[in-house]
Amino acid sequence: MIESISDVVRIPLPVGEEFFIKKHRLEAEGKAKKRICIVTGIHGDELEGQYVCYEVAHRIKLAQENLNGIVDIYPAMNPFGIDSITRGIPAFDLDMNRIFPGNSDGDMNEYLASEIIKELSDADVVLDIHASNIFLTETPQVRINEVSVSSLLPLAVKSNMDLVWIHGASTVLESTLAYSLNSKGTKTLVVEMGVGMRITEEYGEQLTEGIFSIMSELGIWTGEICRTRQPIIAQDNDGTDVCYLNAACAGVYMKERKQGSFVHKGDTIGKIISPLSGEILEIVRAPEDGLLFTVREYPVVDEGSLMGRILKQKVLSENNV
Amino acid sequence: MKISEIYSFKGLYRDDFRVTGYEFGEGEKSICIVGSLRGNEYQQMYVCSMLVKKLKKLEEAGKISKGSSIMIIPCGNPYSVNIKKRFWSIDNTDINRMFPGYGLGETTQRIADGIFNVIKEYKYGVQLASFYMPGHFVPQVRMMKTGNENIDLARKFGLPYIVLHNPRPFDTTTLNYNWQIWDTEAFSIYTSSTEKINKESAGQGVDSVLNFMAKEGILDYESSGFVASKIVESENFVTIRSNSAGFLDSIAKAGDKVIKGQVIAYISDPYTSDVLQTVKSDYDGIIVFAYDSPLAYMNTALFKIIPEKSQ
Repeated sequence: MIESISDVVRIPLPVGEEFFIKKHRLEAEGKAKKRICIVTGIHGDELEGQYVCYEVAHRIKLAQENLNGIVDIYPAMNPFGIDSITRGIPAFDLDMNRIFPGNSDGDMNEYLASEIIKELSDADVVLDIHASNIFLTETPQVRINEVSVSSLLPLAVKSNMDLVWIHGASTVLESTLAYSLNSKGTKTLVVEMGVGMRITEEYGEQLTEGIFSIMSELGIWTGEICRTRQPIIAQDNDGTDVCYLNAACAGVYMKERKQGSFVHKGDTIGKIISPLSGEILEIVRAPEDGLLFTVREYPVVDEGSLMGRILKQKVLSENNV
Repeated sequence: MKISEIYSFKGLYRDDFRVTGYEFGEGEKSICIVGSLRGNEYQQMYVCSMLVKKLKKLEEAGKISKGSSIMIIPCGNPYSVNIKKRFWSIDNTDINRMFPGYGLGETTQRIADGIFNVIKEYKYGVQLASFYMPGHFVPQVRMMKTGNENIDLARKFGLPYIVLHNPRPFDTTTLNYNWQIWDTEAFSIYTSSTEKINKESAGQGVDSVLNFMAKEGILDYESSGFVASKIVESENFVTIRSNSAGFLDSIAKAGDKVIKGQVIAYISDPYTSDVLQTVKSDYDGIIVFAYDSPLAYMNTALFKIIPEKSQ
């Protein structure tokens, strides 16, 4: 096996420092090879992918004779963001996942985005690992834009995630890394799991198994793989598969149910309390039977803040769950 | 003048969030002007406050045409302004990426919805807009090429430039874009600054909106500072970029006429003052945007120039 750590891009910063994005390549020797890219850290406050990057590399190194292709790992696409606990790109107040495909003649960030696209374009599969944000915990899932279903769903079901959420097309999402790569024909799966600013080891292990399963499917990994779970598939093109629980008022949200719980209509999901008056301001109940796949972690809510999402029973029934 | 609450909700440990509108005249919803939607858009709010002051006097003098009503919303996001944060206080989302909004959605979607429900029926919409990079503009009207843009109307502001640009994916969630989709003739006005108040440029912005209202018969007002606008496509702007990083010392400013080869800035080493780049204009033309920050990163758009031949 050939192993290297190299720069994807390196440019000078104004004061005594250089900016760089690093990649870790693990490559089998000889012959033409397929290539998978593990990408994370586009949002600097999402750390779940950090453990996955470590774990994938660690497991390959322990059984490197089974590697039959190229695995490129990019743990920090937004290094400034990770270093400063910032979701976007600090100093520019930009969401990095809204500037793709970038522009090689544009400003520093547009240039970086274009270099990232160039770097990833000839991969056979790209996994872009996200971790929700600091407010919400997500059940491990793959999200697919309806325009890419035919090419991505066969891979998504191998990813060992609990849910594949196929959502409707949205113009705004056209500036994401995944959309840009998929529109160029580079198969790119978006994983959402866990919560911002934390690492859930269990989810990291689960996705790592899924990555080896996808690698095996591509012929990049010849070693044994675990049996992967069958995900629930939500064909939510028209946006009717999911109930959204938004806060009716500002307060402090106390969650009572964990992500991944099955709930019945009327069940208490949590409550919004007022520490100032000692009152319960709202008891948050499930509007329908279903799977609570998103829960709020960050307790302070404004009117409208998202407290959870429920995948409706009809989808569970379609999936024989 | 009528003061109304456009949208509000209760805060947890803060005063209520309130968006306030100032209405002049009565009758058809003629024109709505929106100022700051972000926490650092002081100049945009200032222009609106000056408009409120002027319109109050004009209304008292009976100068607002019968059957016309004018709405000014100086600030759509006082929570962020008061804590000096550009985007929404808790989740850092941008209200100007949430239009047309969603009343049952998340907080900034609800704010966008609450504002848009009140302003979407106006015949004309004007947003005092800002650019995401720190810098100064030559005052201009910007219009997205949605197929609904009306250049002849834009001329009635009497600003030096009308800039046309193609919408990008994120533009579809801005106020301006959605106004146009809902059949409001929408314009974005850029005055020179954002975080610093430039009174001269603000005055030009105020005049331009009053000029427009006068020419559209909404107001009996003698135009001032009116100039014939030049039409420019933003794709014809030439961008002069830094090819090194360090301290920026700009010599030229927005509005300056420059010639090819003219030195317009230096970038120097922040430790030794050695010049790293002598920035020259590539064209004869007018500077319409000048970056304003002591530090320049690699590839920063330091200047945008309209070449003489494209004017």
